[in-house]
Amino acid sequence: MMAVQTESYVMLSIVLFTLGALGVLVRKNAILVFMSVELMLNAANLSLVAFANHWGQASGQLFTFFVITVAAAEVAVGLALIVAIFRTKNSIDIDDLHELKG
Amino acid sequence: MEQYAQLAPLIILIPSIGAFINLFWGARLEERWVGTIATVASSLSFIVAVLMFSGLAATNYEAQVINPPLLNGWLTLPSGQVYIPWQQRVDTLSVTMMLIITGIGSLIHMYSIGYMHGDARYHRYFAYMNMFLAFMLVLVTANNYLMMFVGWEGVGVCSFLLIGFWFDRARGVGWRNSMAARKAMLLNRIGDFGVVMSILLMFWTFGTVDFVTPQEIVNTHLTEHSGEAYAEETDHSTSDTGAAGDHSEKVASPIAQEGEGDQSEAAGATEAGHSESEGETAHGEEDHGVAAVVYTNNDHIATEQLGVFGQTERFIDEGRDIAIGPITLPFTTWLVIITLFLVLGVTGKSAQIPLFTWLPDAMAGPTPASALIHAATMVTAGVYIMVRSDVFFYHAALTSFVVALIGGVTALVAGFIAMGQWDIKRVLAYSTVSQLGFMVAAVGIGAYGAAIFHLVTHAFFKALLFLGSGSVIHAMEHGHHHAHAHGNGHDEDPDHGHASHDAGHDDEAHGHEPEFDPQDMRNMGGLRKRMPVTFWTYLIGTLALAGIFPFAGFWSKDEILADSWLAGIAGNNLAGYIVFGLLLIAAGFTAFYMWRQIELVFLGAPRTDAAANAPESNRLMTIPLIVLAFFAIFAGFMNTPSYVLGLDNIFGAHLFTDRLEYSVRHAHASEFQPVIAILATILAVGAFVLAHNIYKRRNIIETGYDPLELLPSTRPFWSLANARLYWDAAYDRLFARPFVAIATFLADVVDWRFLHDYVHDQVLVKGYVTAAEGLSKPVDLGIIDGAVNGIGRMFRWLSGQVREIQTGYVRTYALTLLVGVVLIILVILLPLMQRG
Repeated sequence: MMAVQTESYVMLSIVLFTLGALGVLVRKNAILVFMSVELMLNAANLSLVAFANHWGQASGQLFTFFVITVAAAEVAVGLALIVAIFRTKNSIDIDDLHELKG
Repeated sequence: MEQYAQLAPLIILIPSIGAFINLFWGARLEERWVGTIATVASSLSFIVAVLMFSGLAATNYEAQVINPPLLNGWLTLPSGQVYIPWQQRVDTLSVTMMLIITGIGSLIHMYSIGYMHGDARYHRYFAYMNMFLAFMLVLVTANNYLMMFVGWEGVGVCSFLLIGFWFDRARGVGWRNSMAARKAMLLNRIGDFGVVMSILLMFWTFGTVDFVTPQEIVNTHLTEHSGEAYAEETDHSTSDTGAAGDHSEKVASPIAQEGEGDQSEAAGATEAGHSESEGETAHGEEDHGVAAVVYTNNDHIATEQLGVFGQTERFIDEGRDIAIGPITLPFTTWLVIITLFLVLGVTGKSAQIPLFTWLPDAMAGPTPASALIHAATMVTAGVYIMVRSDVFFYHAALTSFVVALIGGVTALVAGFIAMGQWDIKRVLAYSTVSQLGFMVAAVGIGAYGAAIFHLVTHAFFKALLFLGSGSVIHAMEHGHHHAHAHGNGHDEDPDHGHASHDAGHDDEAHGHEPEFDPQDMRNMGGLRKRMPVTFWTYLIGTLALAGIFPFAGFWSKDEILADSWLAGIAGNNLAGYIVFGLLLIAAGFTAFYMWRQIELVFLGAPRTDAAANAPESNRLMTIPLIVLAFFAIFAGFMNTPSYVLGLDNIFGAHLFTDRLEYSVRHAHASEFQPVIAILATILAVGAFVLAHNIYKRRNIIETGYDPLELLPSTRPFWSLANARLYWDAAYDRLFARPFVAIATFLADVVDWRFLHDYVHDQVLVKGYVTAAEGLSKPVDLGIIDGAVNGIGRMFRWLSGQVREIQTGYVRTYALTLLVGVVLIILVILLPLMQRG
C-alpha cells in the first residue's frame, strides 16, 4: 500500500476548507451554511490528523476528538436555533435575518 | 477672718446662679420657689458681703485685690501690650457698696415676692433682678475701669429689661413702657460713649486701666493717737520681711511683696506725711486734724507697674507731658479731658443734667425694680465711680467745677419739677434725680466721703419710699377692684388684679368706665387709716429725705451742705458757694414736695372708692418697709460728726468717713456746722408747714387742680414744674424730632427713592438685565451651547457613518471575519516566510 504524502492531505484540507468558507459566504439556506461550517471543521480535523501522522505524535489526533465533540454540540445547538428561527419567521433564509442592522 | 476677702468671686457667682436657674427653669417652677431661689441667692450674697466686711475690719481695713480663679488674664493682647486682668477689689468703698446692694437688694427681693404675685413673667422678673445684682456687684468690685464697664453695661441692660418689663400691656401702655425702656437705653448709650472714650484715653495715657495694682500699697493706718498700733504693725512688717527673706527666690510671692511694701512704708511714712500735708495746703484745703491715714508713695515700684491713680500722682509731681497720637498736651489737660468724658457717662447713669430725662420715665417698670435699680443702687453707680476716681477729680479742678455745677443745678431743677407732678412714683423719681444731684455736687466740691455717705443713707430711705409707694399702688389696685366688684355686683376673681400694678396697666377691659390711674395722687387721700404700716414707714422716709433731725438724711445732707460751705469759705472755691446756695434751695423743695405727697396720699379724706377700700399690704411687703424704716432712722448715726449733743461718744465720730479714707484717698470728714444744720432744718420744717397749709384745703384738690395752679401768682411756676420745665419737650423738639426727620429722610428719600427706586431698580437691575442679555445670546447660546451641541452632533454624525458597516447580514460578518483571519495569518506568516 502506497504511503500517501502529508502534502496531499494538507492540500485536500485546504480545498475542503475553501469550499466550506465559500459555502458559508454564498449560500442563503441556513442548513447549507451550517453544513459548510461542518465542512470547514472537518477540513481542520483532516489537517490535524495529517500533521499528527507526519510528526508521529498523538496529540493532534486527540485534539480531533475534542473538535468532533464540540462540533456535535454545535450541531445540536445550531439545529435547535434553526428550528426556532423557522418557527418564528417561517424561513431559514439567512438574508431574512438582518434585524441587527446598524 | 483675714481670708474672707477671698470670697469676693462668690458674691457675683451666687446671684448669677440664681438668675441662671430662674431664667432657664423658672417657668417650670412654682412661683414661691422662683421667689425663694432669687431671695435666697440675694441673701447669701449679703451674708458674703457681711463676712467680707468683718474680714476687712479684722485686717485693719487693708485693701485687697482678689484674682478669681479661671479668669486670670481676662483680656490679653500680647502684640498690643494689653493686659487687663479680671481682678476684684475688696476695700472699704467696694464693701460698703456691696452691703448696700445686697442688703437692700434682699429686702426688695422679699418685697417683690408679694408685689409680683400672679405676674405672667414672674420668673423672668426675678431672673433679671438677680442678674442685676450680679452685674452691679461686678461694677463695684472691679479693680479696673474695663471690668467696671462690664458691670456698668450689664446693669444698663437689666435696667432696660425691667423698665420695659410690661411691654405687652394693652391700650398703648405697653408701647409707652417700651418707649421708656428705649429712652433709658439711648440716653445711657450717649453716656457710655463718654465712658468708653474715657477708658481709651486712660489706657493711652497710663498704659493700664487698673485702679490699683496688687503690688501697690494703697495706704496704711496711722492715727496720731495710736502710735502703739503703728509700732505693732512695724514689728509685724519686720517679721514679714524675715519671711520674705526665706522666700527671696520667689519674687512673685505675695508675702515677699507685702514685706517689701511694708518696709518702704515704714521708711517713707514720715516723708509721705509731709508731702501730704504740703499738698493739702497747696490746694487750700483745711486741715481737719483727722489725718488718720497716711499713704505710701510706692517709690519702690516703677511707674508702669502702678495703677492709674498711683501714676496720676506721679505725673502730677513730675509735671509731665503726655503724647497721645500726634497730640501732646500737659498731663493735667489730659486728666481734665478724661474726667469730662467720665462725667458724661455719669450724667447718663446717674441721671444728671443733661441726660436725666430717662429716669422719671423709667418708673414704667415694676416698683420694686424702680426702688432697687432706679433709686438705691444702679443710678448711684455714677457717684460711686467718681468717688472711686477721686484722685482724678481731685487733680482736675475744671472737671470738679463742672461736676459741682451739674450736681447743684440738677438737684434744684429736679426738685422744682417734683413739686408739680401728680404721679406718686414720678415725684419720687424726680426726687431721686435731685438727691443724686446732691451726691454729684458733693463730689464736685471734693466731699467724696459725704457723697458716699449720702449715697448710703439715700439708698435706705429712697428704697423705703419707693417700696412704700409700691405698697400704695398695690393697695389702690386692690381697692379699685374691690370697689368695682361691689359697684357692679360682679363676682370678680380676687386674684384678678394681682398681676397688674403701675403704669396704668389696664389689660382688663373695664368697658365704659373711665381709665383709673392707681398712681395718680389725685385718686388717693386718707390712706393713713387704711394702711398704717405703710403710712408710718413712708412718713419716716419722708422725714429722712427732708433732712429732719435725727433721721439719716439729716446727717448726710448736712454734711454735704457743710462741706460745700467750707469749700467756699475755707477753700476759697467758688463752686462751694454756688453748690451751697443751689442745694439749700433744693433741700427746701425736697421738704415741700415730700410733704405735699404725704398730704395728698395719706392725709385728709379718701377721694375715690379705690382709696376708701385700699387694704394694707401683706407681711412680705411690710416687713422690708419696717426694716428699711429702721435704717432710715438710724443709718445716719454711723457717721455722726464730733461735738453734736455728745452723740459721738455713743456712736463715734466720723466712723464712716474714717473707714472710707482707707480706699478713697481724698475723702475727709469735716466739722459739724451748727448754723447750717439749723438753717437747713428751719427751711425743711418751714417747707413742711407751707405744704401743709396749702394742701390741707382738700376741697381744692378734689377739683383735680393743684392749689398752686389756681393761685394766679403761682400758676406759671406750677405749670412750669408740671410740664417738667419743658425739658423733655425741648429734647423732643431739638433732638428726637430732627432725628426722626433725618431718619425718615434717609429712609424715604435716600434709601427708598434713591437707593431702591433709582440705584437698585434703574441702574443695577436694568444694567444687569442688559449685560445678561448681551451675555446670554452670543456667548451662552452661541459659544457655550454651540460647543456642547457641536460635540454632540459630531458624535452623532460619526456614529451614523460607522454603523453603516453593521449590515445585519451574516455573510458580511463571515466575510469580514475571514478577511481578518487571513490578514492576521499573513501578518504572522510573512516575516517567517521572509526569514525562511
